[in-house]
Amino acid sequence: MNSYEQLLLRHCQESDELIVLTAENRGHLRNVPPLLGNRFIDVGIAEQTMIGMAAGMAVRGRTVVTHALAAFLTMRAFEFIRDDVGIPNASVLMVGMVPGLLSDGNGPTHQAIEDVAIMRGIPNIGVFCPMDIDEFVEGMDYLITDGKPYYVRYIGLPPVAAHTEPFLPGVAEVLHGNDISSPDVTILSYGFMCRIALSIIPLLESKNIRVRLVNMRTLKPIDEWRIRHELEDAQVVVTLEDHLLTGGLYSIVGEVLLRNHIPEHASVFPIALSSWFKPGRLQEVLAYEGLDPVALASRIETFFSTHIKESVVHE
Amino acid sequence: MKTLDISSLQRTSIHVREHILRMSTNGGAFTGASLSCADLLVYLYKSFLRVDPASVGNDARDLLLLSKGHDVPALYGVFAELGFIDPDRLANHLSTRDSIYWHPNREIPGVEFHSGSLGHLLSVGIGMAIDARMRKLASRVVVVVGDGELNEGSIWEACLTAAAHKVDNLIVVVDRNGFQANMRTEELIPLEPIADKFRAFGWLVHEADGHDYDDLHQTFSSLLLGCGKPNVVIAMTQRGKGVPSIAERADRWFCDFSLREVVELVDELNGRSTAELSSDTLVVR
Repeated sequence: MNSYEQLLLRHCQESDELIVLTAENRGHLRNVPPLLGNRFIDVGIAEQTMIGMAAGMAVRGRTVVTHALAAFLTMRAFEFIRDDVGIPNASVLMVGMVPGLLSDGNGPTHQAIEDVAIMRGIPNIGVFCPMDIDEFVEGMDYLITDGKPYYVRYIGLPPVAAHTEPFLPGVAEVLHGNDISSPDVTILSYGFMCRIALSIIPLLESKNIRVRLVNMRTLKPIDEWRIRHELEDAQVVVTLEDHLLTGGLYSIVGEVLLRNHIPEHASVFPIALSSWFKPGRLQEVLAYEGLDPVALASRIETFFSTHIKESVVHE
Repeated sequence: MKTLDISSLQRTSIHVREHILRMSTNGGAFTGASLSCADLLVYLYKSFLRVDPASVGNDARDLLLLSKGHDVPALYGVFAELGFIDPDRLANHLSTRDSIYWHPNREIPGVEFHSGSLGHLLSVGIGMAIDARMRKLASRVVVVVGDGELNEGSIWEACLTAAAHKVDNLIVVVDRNGFQANMRTEELIPLEPIADKFRAFGWLVHEADGHDYDDLHQTFSSLLLGCGKPNVVIAMTQRGKGVPSIAERADRWFCDFSLREVVELVDELNGRSTAELSSDTLVVR
């Protein structure tokens, strides 16, 4: 049994009010159906019905965790999420499988790369994008107890870095460079790309570029203080995400910039998808799209070298 | 089962229709669709559902969901007559002072779920019905859908799921008034045979005259609840029922009458005279 299955089982044992639904997406839930009994319902390939059912259960007092492929969950069932979960602020967690680049070989129909944009656009609904299974499980533990509606980008990959902060919505964690002041480059990222960002750091540091890496964790609520701080403190802020340029973290940083008066703020370098990505094995996709650590380090280094302020050149 | 007092039901239905007509001015309402399901809602709330203003917060109450939400004047008319809300509130229709507008809002006592976009509340009702079953509550969940609403794919998706999960405390009522927004259903997207479609999806199918209280009572008394299948009642109705100058007319879907016309329509409802209507009432939304 994986740690997520253990979490669901524990919450179901602790509370009679938790229900687990899936639209025939059981990949990461294989062991729990027999253990959860009638608290686990597979509705079939019917994302709209699943969300409507979850909303009906939620207004009757339940907390419902739903599962489907991220693309179908957020887009096929979009209006059900908006109307039936968003309007009544229903206690429904929506876990989207293989979001962003993790859909690897499926092709464009399965690529949820606008999910953050459309989910954060719905009043009442939060967005959580963990970078590893531990962060996912810790966040889900919090959110199931909290009971507010959230869209969650699922990730089942093992941790690649120790988390420095306990999960809290709207609070980013600094994964690297917390001890330096005024970094040359701050990378703001989330989810799968935060893992890649960790591999970029030594490559940039070998070029004498001082780097801070921030894991945003939740895109809604957003840690506005952290974004403002990095815009004020760093020379260059990179937004790194496996999401379309429109509506994701780059847009959020832009919104923060418009809302706040930040004189002489950092130059912002967006790294995001401009369209559907080339499907294939994940490692090959990263290379093809220029998103592997070496390519990314080179892109960031070039941007930094053309945007650095003259007064802060390091030797 | 509540006892059937037909003269009381008929009196209430006249009052509900008056409320519908009085809400069809100063901004208008979906008058035709509201009139078609008025008798159904009067019957359900007075003689079938185990819910009243005193039990509206009880967990074990029956739950009615109005999936074709644009006929909410009929629902609120019933709520006003049965004491769920103060009848004076209906005068707040379309005022931002209140939450009474063209579709149901959960802030109104008795509304179990909001609606507006068609094809949503069958799945919501399945969730509520399964929830009640898990809690071992005797609640029955009634979902009122329009016949035009059966165009929505989400209805049939949910029908499959309800049958698969044997949701047998769920009753769908189809308000089969024969019209969708602008024309007869059979002229746009033919629905017949509706009964066969539900049967093929694994549902128990019943048919009734949606304006005949004896027939409705006989039908709802013979539902086979708890037998492993969801139930559907196809209620044959007439759009605009009770007001001849509105009935069966494609251009009386959404109506915004003048106050004079409302007075004349109420007279017509009560059999006193025929209204002379000049308002342009076909507004496609």
